[in-house]
Parts: sequence; structure tokens; C-alpha cells
Amino acid sequence: MAFWISQSLNALALGGLLFMLASGFSLIFGLMRVANLAHGALFMLGAYLGLAVVKAGFGFWVAAASAAVAVGLFGGVLERTLLRRLAGRTLPQVLLTLGLAFIIADACLMLWGGDPMRLPPPPELSGAVRIGDAVFPRYRLFVIGASAAVALGLWLLVERTRAGAMIRAAVDDVGMARAIGVSASTLFTAVFCLGTALAGLGGVIGGPILSVYPTLDQDMLPLALLVVILGGAGSLIGAFVGAYAIGFIYTFGQVLVPDLAYVILFLPMIAVLSVAPQGLFGRRLG
Amino acid sequence: MSPRILPFIMVLAAMAMVPLVSTSPFYVNLTSQVAIAAIGALGLNVLVGHAGLNSLGFAVFPGLTAYLVAWLSTVGGFDPVPAALLAIGGTLAASMLFALVALRTTGLGFVMITMALCQIVWGAAYRWTSVTGGDNGLSGVPRPGGAVLPLERPEWFLWLCLCVLALALLQLGRFFDSPLGVALRGTRDQPRRMSAVGYDVWRIRFVAWMLAAGWGAAAGLLYAWYHQFVSPHMMAVTASAEVLLMVVAGGAGTLAGPLIGAALVVLLKNLASIWIDRWMMLLGVTFVVIVLLMPDGIVPGLGRLTAWLRRFRPAPAPALVPRERTDG
Repeated sequence: MAFWISQSLNALALGGLLFMLASGFSLIFGLMRVANLAHGALFMLGAYLGLAVVKAGFGFWVAAASAAVAVGLFGGVLERTLLRRLAGRTLPQVLLTLGLAFIIADACLMLWGGDPMRLPPPPELSGAVRIGDAVFPRYRLFVIGASAAVALGLWLLVERTRAGAMIRAAVDDVGMARAIGVSASTLFTAVFCLGTALAGLGGVIGGPILSVYPTLDQDMLPLALLVVILGGAGSLIGAFVGAYAIGFIYTFGQVLVPDLAYVILFLPMIAVLSVAPQGLFGRRLG
Repeated sequence: MSPRILPFIMVLAAMAMVPLVSTSPFYVNLTSQVAIAAIGALGLNVLVGHAGLNSLGFAVFPGLTAYLVAWLSTVGGFDPVPAALLAIGGTLAASMLFALVALRTTGLGFVMITMALCQIVWGAAYRWTSVTGGDNGLSGVPRPGGAVLPLERPEWFLWLCLCVLALALLQLGRFFDSPLGVALRGTRDQPRRMSAVGYDVWRIRFVAWMLAAGWGAAAGLLYAWYHQFVSPHMMAVTASAEVLLMVVAGGAGTLAGPLIGAALVVLLKNLASIWIDRWMMLLGVTFVVIVLLMPDGIVPGLGRLTAWLRRFRPAPAPALVPRERTDG
């Protein structure tokens, strides 16, 4: 019983991290029809930046905030200077974001070396709590709570604010949104900043659990892609459901059949795609 | 037909003569690498260039074949040739399964699904240590051949690779000209109209997928025999990206493009490994540069370059047309 509880909490923590990564990816995808393949690399960049800030003597919270802001700004610059030139052209966008992912990953390897490093959790969240007879690290509980808070915040932003209404309008029909006075250009940059900032924040928050190492991006991006494939691109609720589904399947897969943990990720993909090619909550995007 | 295949024959003949010119096995092996990469790139070009399906998981086909042939001929105890046939058969069977998943979508969905598929298989190769050897891979893959066909010698192996490459060029050249090839490009440009006039779009795409898988498998087989070693790195994202770069850099949809792209990428990678140790950075920068400067690839890009240069020639004088009187 203790095993199931503690693994379930691990799955929730991984699912939360995946949500931070995939929700940004999915928002960008839904709004701009861009699959930002550099998203995993930006997650890793956030983790490394956070680690550098912590090592420089600032606290964990400063590290999380500054990494999110830095990665978000970087994302905004990429969108303004490079991605914008390629609007509506799938293959060049894929190649560009993939190329950027390689550049960022290799730059991280150059700057911080190849050894895995552990990002220490903030002191007030170290240690463990007992739930029944299961001992559970306090930091993972924080990750579960923080990612749920991010999910709630995003939902409020998209569903309950004026900016969110603009985003939803532009997701549905950019041309019409423009015609009624939504500045799609500003909106694109803002959403790209938000999405990449979430990836950077996820990197720092995930650092103490996943640790920080050079192929972190290649481990996280496919999981995020699976989340988006399952949940449906452009859908926040899809990213939420998909993230926790993948979190559970991957965590229990790793514990129960460690050799084939990756292979069983095929199963939800086949199951969902055979029923709904657009994902569970996805719409057919033009 | 014959004037079109003449340049290809000349290039292949030149590649076949490398062992006669150079005594160093380095250049012979480099030429083999180009030939193997070109076979893979030709396969991916069916999807990217002619079907309009941008796969970011192409390395799964050569990867599966290479792992299967390596496992069958070392642990499994098969002779190289039966092992090769089984490996290609197994890859094609798995590819049919993948097609059921991947061909549910097009566009960006296809990009993401193929990438995820390849990563899952990569993860299996990496983690399933008891079967795949994990990060160490499987080594000691025997090459076939004997006294008649000494394939362990670099020049004979090169000639084998070139024979397969010639076969690939011939088969794909014929396929692209065939009614099915034309229909495939139809599904790329106007899937709805093709469907409306009665073509089974899914089945046409399925044929393209299996063709890509088949030539990918051939490349993977030669790859495993060439290195006599397989590791998960041949299925990493960078591996799929390299093949995509070959197709895009050379010019997707052309027959010569993948060949030129393969030569460029293999040479670049070998040169880069001599001088600098940052292949991934170079690969990334190359992607960005190609996208921004030569989005259609070298073969169409050269055509555009000549058109652009032509602008600098003085424009022809405007023809003098006697103006009609309008006031009369």
C-alpha cells in the first residue's frame, strides 16, 4: 500500500512538471501553429540557469523567478527575430526550432560540462513528511501543489481575463480576431514568452527531482510531445489530463517494468489515436 | 530517360572508382558512408518531398534493422544473409504497425508522432540492456561474403553499397514517374481533391511510408555491416535530424537532392570531427542557416540563384508598340 501511495505521489509530481512543459508548448501550438521543438532545450536551459543562480549564492526562489524571466525573454527574442519570418511554413519552422534546440543543448554542455548536477531544494522544503506509513519528500508535495497552482492560474488567465479571451479568439480564427482589433502580433510574442517562461520555471522546479544533466531535454521533450498528442494540441485541459496520464504511466512503467518503461508509452498513444486522431480534447486545427 | 540518368551513372561510376584512385581506405570508407547515407536520404525524401509528410523519426527504420541484424547474427546465431532478410522483414512488419499510428495525422501532428515513435524505440534500445546492450550497443556484427565476394575489404563493401544505391535511384526514379508517384504528389498538394476524385489517400500514403521504411531498412543493414556495431545513438533525435538535413539541404522532392545532401552532411560531419568537437552545435547552426538562406535546398536554390543573378543583366529594351490613337 505504501508503495502505491508513494509512487502515485511521484507520478503526480512528474505529471505536474510535464504539465508546466506541455501547457506552454500546447498554448504556442494552438495559437501560432508552431511546434516549438526547442521547448525541451529551454526547459533544460532554465534548469541550468537556476542552478547557476543558486550557486552564485542567491536562494532557490530567486533562481526560479530569474530563470523563468530569462528563458521567457529569450523565447520572446527568438519569436520576434527568427520564428516570425517563417509564419505558416511548417518544415522551415520545424528545422529552425530543432536547430535552436541543438544549439542551446550544446551551449549548455559547453558552459556547464557533462556531469549530472543536483539542484538543491530550498531548505524550508527539504526533509520528508509521513502520510500514513508512507514517507514522502516534502519537496515533491510542493511540486504537486505548485504545478496545480500554475494550472489553475493558466486556466483563470485563459478563461476569465480579457487577455485570455483574446488568446481564445485568436486560436479560433486569427484573421477575425485581427479584424475586431486584437493585436495578434503582440499576442503571439506574449504567449511565446509565457510558454517558454513556463518551460524555464519547470526546469528549475524539476531540477531537484530530475537533477540537471546534458540530455535532460531529449528525455523531457518526447514526454511533452506525447502529452500534447494525447491531450490534443492547443487545449489546456488536454495538456492537464495528458500530463498526469503520462506521469502515471511512465512512473509506474519505470517501477514495474523498468526495461520496457518506454515501450509501454506506445499503448496510450495507440489507444487515443485510434479513437481520436486529434487527441482527447483537440480540435482540428487549420 | 537516358539523358536524365546519365549524370547519375557518371556520379556512381566516379564513386566506384575511388578505390582505384586512392589507396587509403579512409577515402573509400568515406565514400561508403556517403552511399549509405544517400540511400537513407532517398527513402526519407519519399515522405518529405513527395508525400508532404515531414518525418522527424526516420532513424527508427535503419535503427530497427541494424539492431535486428546485429542481434540475430550475434546472439541469435544466424548467418549474415538470413539474418539480414529477417531483419528487413521484421522492420517492415513493425513499420506497418507504426503506419497505423503515424498516418492518423498529417502536418505538425505527424512531425510530433514520428519523433515520439522514434524516441520510444530509442528509449527501448537504451534501457532494455539485457537484449540491446544498452548504451554499449551490440558489437561484432559479421559481414557476409567469402572468397568470391570479399566484403570485409573496404573497396568491395563500397561496391556493394553503390549497387544498392543504384537500385534505390532506379526504383525511386521509376516510382516518382509512375501514376502512383504522381498520385502521391497529388495527395501532398490537394489531399481533399484527391480523396474527392476517388483516390484512397491513406493507402497512397501508406505505400510511401513503406517505401521509405524499405530503403531506410536497406541503409540500416549496410550501416550495421559497415560499422559492425550498433548503438542507440543511431536512433537519437540528431540521427533523424541529420537525414532530414540531407533531404532539405539537397532539395526535397528532387532525385539528385538527397544524394548531394548526403555527401555534404557526411563530409561536413567528418571534417567537423577532425577540427572541432562540436557536431551538435554545427548541425544546429546549419539548420538555422539553411532555413533562413536556402529554404528550398541546394538544387532548387541554385536555380533561384541563377535567376537572381540574371537580374543583373541589363533588362531587354521594351518592345516598341505603335500607340493607337484614342482621340480619333
